[in-house]
Amino acid sequence: MDAFLQNCLTGLSIGSIYALIAIGYTMVYGILRLINFAHGDIFMMAGYFMIICMTDLLIPWYLSIILVIAATVLLGVCIEKVAYKPLRSAPRMSVMISAIGVSYFLQNFATYLFSAQPKSYPTIGFLSKTVQIGNISTTLVTFVTPLLTVLLVIALVMLVKKTKIGMAMRAVSRDFETAQLMGIKINSVISFTFVIGCALAGIGSILYFIPRSSVYPLAGSLPGLKCFVAAVFGGIGSIPGALVGGFLIGLSETFIKSSAYSEFSDAFTFIILIVVLLCLPTGLFGEKIKEKV
Amino acid sequence: MLSKKTKKICTAAALVALAAVIVCVGQFTKSTSMLRTVFQLGAIYALLAVSMNLCNGFTGLFSLGQAGFMTLGAYTYAVLTIPSASRAGVYYLYGVAPWLEKLELPIPAALLAAGLVAALFAYLIGLPVLRLKSDYLAIATLGFAEVVRIVTASSPLNRVTNGSLGLTMIPGFKSYYGIFAVVIGCIAVIVLLINSTYGRAFKAIRDDEIAAEAMGINLSKHKQMSFVISSFFAAIGGALMAMYMGAISSTTFTIAVTYFILLIVVIGGMGSVTGSILSALLVIASREWWLRFLDQPLYFGTFRVPLLKTGFRMVIFSVILMVVVLFFRKGIMGEREFSWDAIYGFFKKLGSKKKTEVQAK
Amino acid sequence: MSEAVRNVLKVENATMQFGGVVAVDNLNLEVNEGEIVSLIGPNGAGKTTAFNVITGVYAPSNGRVYFNGECIVENYPRGKMKKLYKGEHAGEYTHSIEPTPDRITQMGMARTFQNIRLWKSQTVLDNVLMAKHMRRTSNLFSATFRLNKKEEQRQHDEAMELLRVVGLENVKDELATSLPYGKQRRLEIARALATEPKLLLLDEPAAGMNPQETQELTQFIGEIRENFHMTVLLIEHHMDLVMDISDRIYVLDFGKLIASGVPAEIQNNARVIDAYLGVANDAEN
Repeated sequence: MDAFLQNCLTGLSIGSIYALIAIGYTMVYGILRLINFAHGDIFMMAGYFMIICMTDLLIPWYLSIILVIAATVLLGVCIEKVAYKPLRSAPRMSVMISAIGVSYFLQNFATYLFSAQPKSYPTIGFLSKTVQIGNISTTLVTFVTPLLTVLLVIALVMLVKKTKIGMAMRAVSRDFETAQLMGIKINSVISFTFVIGCALAGIGSILYFIPRSSVYPLAGSLPGLKCFVAAVFGGIGSIPGALVGGFLIGLSETFIKSSAYSEFSDAFTFIILIVVLLCLPTGLFGEKIKEKV
Repeated sequence: MLSKKTKKICTAAALVALAAVIVCVGQFTKSTSMLRTVFQLGAIYALLAVSMNLCNGFTGLFSLGQAGFMTLGAYTYAVLTIPSASRAGVYYLYGVAPWLEKLELPIPAALLAAGLVAALFAYLIGLPVLRLKSDYLAIATLGFAEVVRIVTASSPLNRVTNGSLGLTMIPGFKSYYGIFAVVIGCIAVIVLLINSTYGRAFKAIRDDEIAAEAMGINLSKHKQMSFVISSFFAAIGGALMAMYMGAISSTTFTIAVTYFILLIVVIGGMGSVTGSILSALLVIASREWWLRFLDQPLYFGTFRVPLLKTGFRMVIFSVILMVVVLFFRKGIMGEREFSWDAIYGFFKKLGSKKKTEVQAK
Repeated sequence: MSEAVRNVLKVENATMQFGGVVAVDNLNLEVNEGEIVSLIGPNGAGKTTAFNVITGVYAPSNGRVYFNGECIVENYPRGKMKKLYKGEHAGEYTHSIEPTPDRITQMGMARTFQNIRLWKSQTVLDNVLMAKHMRRTSNLFSATFRLNKKEEQRQHDEAMELLRVVGLENVKDELATSLPYGKQRRLEIARALATEPKLLLLDEPAAGMNPQETQELTQFIGEIRENFHMTVLLIEHHMDLVMDISDRIYVLDFGKLIASGVPAEIQNNARVIDAYLGVANDAEN
C-alpha cells in the first residue's frame, strides 16, 4: 500500500511538471495551430539558465528563479518573432519545419555553449529536504510540485475566463481571421500566449531539474514529446485538459517504471499517443472542430 | 528546346562524368580521405533524402518516422550479416538467439530483407495513421519511431539485437563502389516511380486530395503505397549507414537524424529529387569538411578568434538551415528537376545579355 | 416505335442533415441517358450539397442514389442522427452503402467543382493525364519499370485529344494556374472527361464568365453531349445557359425541391419566380 501511495505521489509530481509544459504546447496550438517542436528545448535552455545564474553568477536562489523565468520568456518571445511570425501566412508545413529548425538550433547551440556532457544543476537547500507524510518519505519539492501546479492552473483558467486578454485569446483560438478583423491585436495576444507558456515551462524546468541534478543538451527532447502527448491526451487547446493529461501520463509512467516492464515506460506513453490520435482525436476535454468541404 | 537526341547525349555524358569522378576518388585517394567520406556519406544521405521526399514532398504526407525505419533497416541488415564466427564475440553478454546463430545472408539479400521488414511495419502503422491530419501525422510517426527505438533495445530482444550494447563488426561491401551502386539503383527506381502514372497520382494527392479522389484516385491505397515505398528505401539507407559505420546501437538513429534529413530535403526543395541529391552532397560536404574549421580554435598571431570552438560548426549549420527555412522556403530547386533545357536557356540568356552589353558599347 | 429511355441517375428521397441543419430535404431527381438536366436555386439552396451526396463526398442522412439502375449509395438515420433526423421516409431504408468518391468515379460519374480545383503545380497536360490514372491496367511494378509503354502512349494520345476538344492543346506545357479563368474551367471539364464517365456533373461551369464565354460554353456542352454520348447534370446561375441548353430543370430552395419540368414551365412557375428568378434577373440587369 505504501509503495502504491509513494508511486501516486511521485506520479502526480512528475505529472504536474509535464502538465506545466503541456500547457505551453496546448496554448500555442490553440492559437497558432502550430506544434511548437522547440518548446521542449526552451525548457532545456531554462535548465541551463538556472545553472548560469546560480553556479556561475552566484545569484541567490530567490532572485535566480525570477531571472530564469524572465530569460525563458524572453527566449520564447524572440523565437516567436524570428521564426514563427514571418511564416504566419505560409502553409502549415512550413511553420512546423521552422519549429523543427529552431529545435535543432537550440540543441546544437546548447551543445556548443555547454558541451554535450551533463552539467550539474544547483540545489536549492530547503527544497531537497526530506519530508515525512505518514509512511511515505519524499523530498519537499516532490510534495510541493502538484500543489503549486494546481494553483498555477487555477490562476491561469481564471485569467483566460475573466480577463480581457483571456477573452482575446479565446477569440483568436476560435477564429484567427475574424479576431483580427474585430480589432484584436493579434501580435500582442500571440506574444502573451508565449509569455505564459514559457513562464510555466521555466517553472517546470526548475521543479524538474532539481531532483535530477544535471542538465544536458538533449534533456528537453524526450520530456517535450511526452508533454505533447499529455496535451493531446487531455484535449489540445484545453488547459484543464493539459493538467489532467499531464497527471495521467505522469502516473502511468511512474507505475510502469516501478513494474517489471520499466524499460517500456516511454514506449507506452507513445503508444497512448497513437491510440488517442486514432480513437479520440479531440482528447478528453477537447472540442470538435468541424471541417467544411 | 533542345532535341531529344541532344538531351540523351548530354545525360549520357553527365553520367559518365559522374562515374569518372567517383572512380577517381576511389582509385586515387587514401581510404581515410575526407573526399571519400563526403562522397560515401553524401550518397547515403542522398538516398535518405530522396526517400523522405517521396513521402513528404511528392505526396504531401508529413511523416517524421524516418529514424524508426532506419533503425529497423539497420538492425535487420546487421543481424543478418554479422559473420557467424564473430557473433559470439559481439553478443558476449547475452548470447545469440539459437535461430539466429547460423543465419547469415549475403549482403544484397540482407539489404532487401532490411527494406522488406521496414515496409511491413510501415504498412501496419500506415493503415490507421495515414488518415490523420498533417500535424498529427507528424507527431504520430515521430512517436512510432521512438517506440521502435525503445523496443529494439529492450531486454526481451537482447539475444537478437544485443539490447543496449548495440551491434558491432557489421560488414560492408568489399568494394568502395558498392554503396554507390546501391544508392544509384535505389534513386533510379524512385525517379522512375515519380515519373510514372503513380507518381502523378501522388502529386495529385499532394496538390488537392479532394480533387484527386473525385478523379478516381483511391486516397488510402495510394498514400499507403507512397509511405511504404518511402520506408522501404529509408530502411535501405539505414542499412547502408550501418554498413558505413560498422556499428550501431539504439541511439544511432534518434529524432535528430530525422530532423537532419528533413532539413536536407527542405534545403534542396520539397518535391525535387535533384534538389535532395544536391542538398545532401552540399550539406554533408559542409558539415564534414568545409565547416570543420569552425570547430578548431583559430589564431591570428596571438589573437584568438572568439566563438570558434567545438560545436560552432553545427551552430552555423543550424543558422544556415533557419535562413533557408525562413527566406528561401522553396529551397535550391523548389519543385523543379534538373533539365538540360533549363541549363541551355540559362547560358543562352547569359550570352544574349553579354551581346547587348557589347552592342551598347 | 419508341426506345426505352434509360435512366442514368436517380436520386431517391435524399436528405442531408448537418447536425440540426437540413441542407437537402427529401430530394428526388432523375436524369435519363443523353439528357442535359439543370439544378438551379438561390445560393445556399443545397445544390452543391446534393452533388456531394451523389458523388460520395457526403453520405446522405437518409435516402438512395441509383446509377444505371444500380443502387450505389444508401443510408438511414443512425447513431447521433437517429435523434436529430427531421426529414421524411425515416424508416424506409435499412442498409448503409457509403462508397468513397473514387469508387463512384470508377463507376462512371465525374464532376467539376464550384471553386476550381486544378492541380496547381502541374501543367495543363499533366492535369488531364493524372485523371487518366484511374483507368490504368498496369500495376505499380509494371508502371515503374516502364513495361506499360503502350498504355502510357495511348493515355497520352487520349489526353491530347481532350485538350484539342477544349482548345487547349497549344498550352499543354503551361502551368495550369497560368491560364485565364475561363480556360481553367475548360481544363477542369477536360480533366473530368478524361476519367471516361457516362455522367458528367458540372458545378457552376459558367461562374465568372462573360456573356461571350457563356455562349461558347453553352455550345461546348451541347457538343460534349453529341460527341461523347454524354449525360449531363449541371448546377448553374446563368439563366441564359440554363434555359438554352437544358432538357429539364429542377429547382431547389432551402434544400427542398420546389419545381421541376421543362424550361418553359419553370420560366412561368410563380413559386420559382418568387424564390429565385426575380432576384437573379435583377442581378443580371
